[in-house]
Order: sequence, then structure tokens, then C-alpha cells
Amino acid sequence: MAYLELNNIYKTYGQGDHATEVLSNINLSIEEGEFVAIVGFTGSGKTTLVNLINGLLEPTKGEILFKGEPIQGSSHERGVIFQNYSLLPWLTVGQNVFMAVKEAFPKKSKEELNELVAEYIEMVSLTPAINKYPKELSGGMRQRVAVARALAMKPEMIIMDEPLGALDALTRGNLQDEILNIWGKDKRTALLITNDMDEGIYMADRIIPLRPGPNATLAPEFKIDIERPRDKTKMNDNLNFKETRNAIIEYLMDIGNERKSEAKEAFVLPDIRPKDFVYQFK
Amino acid sequence: MSTLTANKKSTRFTENGIFPSNEVMLDLKQLKKVYPTPKGDYVVLEDLNLQIKKEEFVTIIGHSGCGKTTMLSMIAGLNSISGGNISVLGKHIKGPGPDRGGIFQAPSLMPWMTSLQNVMLGVNQVFPHATKAQRYDIAKYYLQKVGLEDAFHKKAGDLSQGMQQRVGIARAFAIKPKVLLLDEPFGMLDSLTRGELQDTLIEIWNKEKITAVMITHDVDEAIFLADRVIMMTSGPKAKIGDVLQIDFERPRTRKAVLEHDDYYEYRKHLIDFLEH
Repeated sequence: MAYLELNNIYKTYGQGDHATEVLSNINLSIEEGEFVAIVGFTGSGKTTLVNLINGLLEPTKGEILFKGEPIQGSSHERGVIFQNYSLLPWLTVGQNVFMAVKEAFPKKSKEELNELVAEYIEMVSLTPAINKYPKELSGGMRQRVAVARALAMKPEMIIMDEPLGALDALTRGNLQDEILNIWGKDKRTALLITNDMDEGIYMADRIIPLRPGPNATLAPEFKIDIERPRDKTKMNDNLNFKETRNAIIEYLMDIGNERKSEAKEAFVLPDIRPKDFVYQFK
Repeated sequence: MSTLTANKKSTRFTENGIFPSNEVMLDLKQLKKVYPTPKGDYVVLEDLNLQIKKEEFVTIIGHSGCGKTTMLSMIAGLNSISGGNISVLGKHIKGPGPDRGGIFQAPSLMPWMTSLQNVMLGVNQVFPHATKAQRYDIAKYYLQKVGLEDAFHKKAGDLSQGMQQRVGIARAFAIKPKVLLLDEPFGMLDSLTRGELQDTLIEIWNKEKITAVMITHDVDEAIFLADRVIMMTSGPKAKIGDVLQIDFERPRTRKAVLEHDDYYEYRKHLIDFLEH
């Protein structure tokens, strides 16, 4: 039995003549302990898919099974890391995480909860900032808080919706490693939604492209057969890496070409030179 | 692939052999930039020497905050020079000029104008000798190139960030500057759109024989576009740490570049520089 299973999922927004089918015929099955990445472009329906899986939206058709049971609403069994951090601005870093663990473990004592908070904040190296408010933190630090908060609830499955999209390359690389560490240590199941194919290759066991919407659907998967831990520099020597990466890029390029061929009337560029400013100013 | 051979001597225009040109377009000599702070002077760039040939395409990579943008804005003439000098075709620059066009991270559009009017603003300046119809054709051509044919008459303020950025790109392309300065222009776009715009950029660069200097975070973009990739060390006192010559023949196709034997060697070299 698959850990998470999506069977023939359709999602339509609007009604009647104004209905737009965002997702159609989505089938996906993720095994326990697996790390799966879904790569899609802007506007392809990625976030709709995430919200269906975490229970914030209901599919128009089809069923989503989590450990064999249909999903009903959101649950802290499935922890989500959103792109926009979603921290409460009036709570400190510690309080933001505390609130989440209190919800997830109502029976634990305050001391136990505080220990848990401290442990996960330490894990994302934010102990010095535990009493700061979100507005006093950089984007990268805020996203670390969101990561700590999601993981401190010890969800059985981590769902990430472009979690690192807004960060610069260096911070992004560090957080990728932190997420991988935690995933590897506790052997959680992870689903990553991203528009960065290289992030998918670095982190996941399987990459599944989402073909752009409307009527977005999942494309055939690519298996990433590269030993862990992976090294971003050394991977470039790995034949398997090169072949898989090229295959994915080509596949995505083909999708792009299909989209381009639908272009409308073309404007013709007149053959005319700009006024020559360089010589004018000499 | 047929468009790429193992031939290491790169020739950009095989039919007439113009390239590599030996004429120096941009010359940065002993360039220095100091920002005064309450705690004393902060030296962003020091001893930076770089020569860019006419019609060359150079990409610059380096960590955030290393001074890449500072360097580019100094070339654009928008930021004062603390030491050394910058010359364009042998003449020291004294300020901004239409010979150096720029596309920056954030689009600087007039929000109350439509996307077409925003592009026309630039086109009218550099094509005073063209007919009105020709000028509109130029603006529309480039707006379509960046995928905005449905948004000609939308106000810039009503467009999404990504779409605004594309208007800025169309405007810079349309005025065909001698030197095109690009500061991570595609950073906020998704990879598919980014690929399309890279192709458009190369097409225009090739056709108009412009010199291009582009800052990017994307290693693949840096290799695909450039004749040379400049790696900048982390600041303070940033300078050029390493230079990688990209010897792929042009015109390049993405597929051929990816399948070239040297591709992943180049990629490794750049990632290695950035990771360490």
C-alpha cells in the first residue's frame, strides 16, 4: 500500500461557462520514506496540487488517500512549509514554534514542549534569535523558522511548496542541506514542489514534471539514481547525473516548444538602425 | 551534435571571420569603489581590471553582496568611481549615456503608462528618423518576443512583477544599445520563460552585434550565453577571482551545449568556485 495516493484527481475552479479545469487526471503514489519532487512552471497548478494534498482544498473528482484513508481537512500529520513563511508577526520565533507543537502534542507538559522548541530552533541554527520577532529577521531566517515549525510537529510527511524560492543561492543551498539532514535522520516521507529542476535532482529520489495548466497533469517520472549524500560539485562528474539532467531539461524544453507554437500573429521588425549616439557625443 | 564540434577555436561569425574582434569596447582599469560608513570606509571593489572586447558576451557570477551590481552600475555611469577608470571605446565615461543600456533586477517602468507606451518611450528616443508606424512595429515586435502580445494596452502598474520585468527587457532590447548591461534580468522568472528570453537575448545580440555584460546567479545561464564567465571573489575588496573561457561554437542550441563533452566540466568549475 502506498503511503500517499492520488487517484484520478480533477480540480476545477468556477462554475458553468466560467469553469477552468486546473488539474486533470492526476495520479501519484508515494512510498513511505521516499523523497519526491514535482517540478512545474509558474501557473501550472503546483500550489493547487499542494493544497489538495494538505487538505486545504477538496478535489472536484477523484480521491486522495493518506496511509489508505481518505484525507479529511488539514492535519499536523502532514506538515507544510509554504513559500511565504506564514509566521505570526506578533509572536517571537520561539512562540511561533511553540504554538505549533502545543497543537500537535496537547498532552505534553510545558517543559517538554519548550525542549522540543529549543531542539528544532537549534537544528536550524536560530538559537540566538529565539526571542526575536519575524520582522527583525531576514527572509532566509524567516524561512528557517517556518522549517523548524513544520518539523517540530514531527509530521509523518513533509510537504514543501517552493519553500526556498525567494532565497538567494547560498542560503538556498544551506537550507536544502538542512532539510535533507532532517529528512534523512528521521526517515520522513517528503514531497517537494519546486520550479528549480536542479533543486529537485539534488534532493529527490524521483522527479515528476507537472505539465502546464489549464488541464495540468503529471508527466512520466524520472528516477534520480545518485547515491546520498550528494555533492553539488562532484555530481557533475557522475554520468548518471548528466544523462538524467539532460533528459529532464530536454523534456521541459519540449513542453516549452509546444507552448510557443501556439503563438499568434507575428510582428515584423523593420530593418532600421538606432541613431548613433556614440559618434554624436564624440 | 552537428552545431558543435570538438574544435576548440571558437569563431562566432564563421562566414566573415569578424570575431573575435580585437577592439576593446569596455576597459575597466584599477577600478575601486568605496562606500563611506560611520565605522570608516567600506571598500567594495579594489584593483579590478577587466577588458571586454567589442561584440563579446561576458557573464559575471559571484555571491550576493560581492559588489557585482556596484560594478555594473559604475559601468552604466549611475554610480561614482572612487578610483581607477572605465572607458568605452577608449573614452572615459563621465555619466550614463544611451550607448550603454541596462536591464536591472527591478523593472523601472512608468506605472501609469501601458506596456506599449513604456517601450515607445525608449524607441522614440533612439529612432527619431523612423516613421511612427516603424517605431510601433519595433516596440510591438519586442513585446511579442517577450510574450506580452496580449498586454500591449495594459497599464504597467496592473501587470505582475514577472510581466513588468518583461516590459523592461523589451524596452532595453528595442533601443539596441552598443553595450547592454544586464543585472540578473531573468532572476524572478520561471525556468521556461527564462530559457525563451535567453534565446531572444542571444538572437538580438547576434543580429545587432552588441556587447553584453550580464550578472547572473544561474550557472547554466552563464555558460550558455557567454564567451567568457568572470568569477568575482566575495567582498569586501572584491576583485576578479577566475575567468572561464567558454569555447562552444555559435550559434549554440541548448541541446547541443548540454551534450557537449566539456559542458559539465565548465559547470563543475563554476559551482566549485561558488561553493568554496
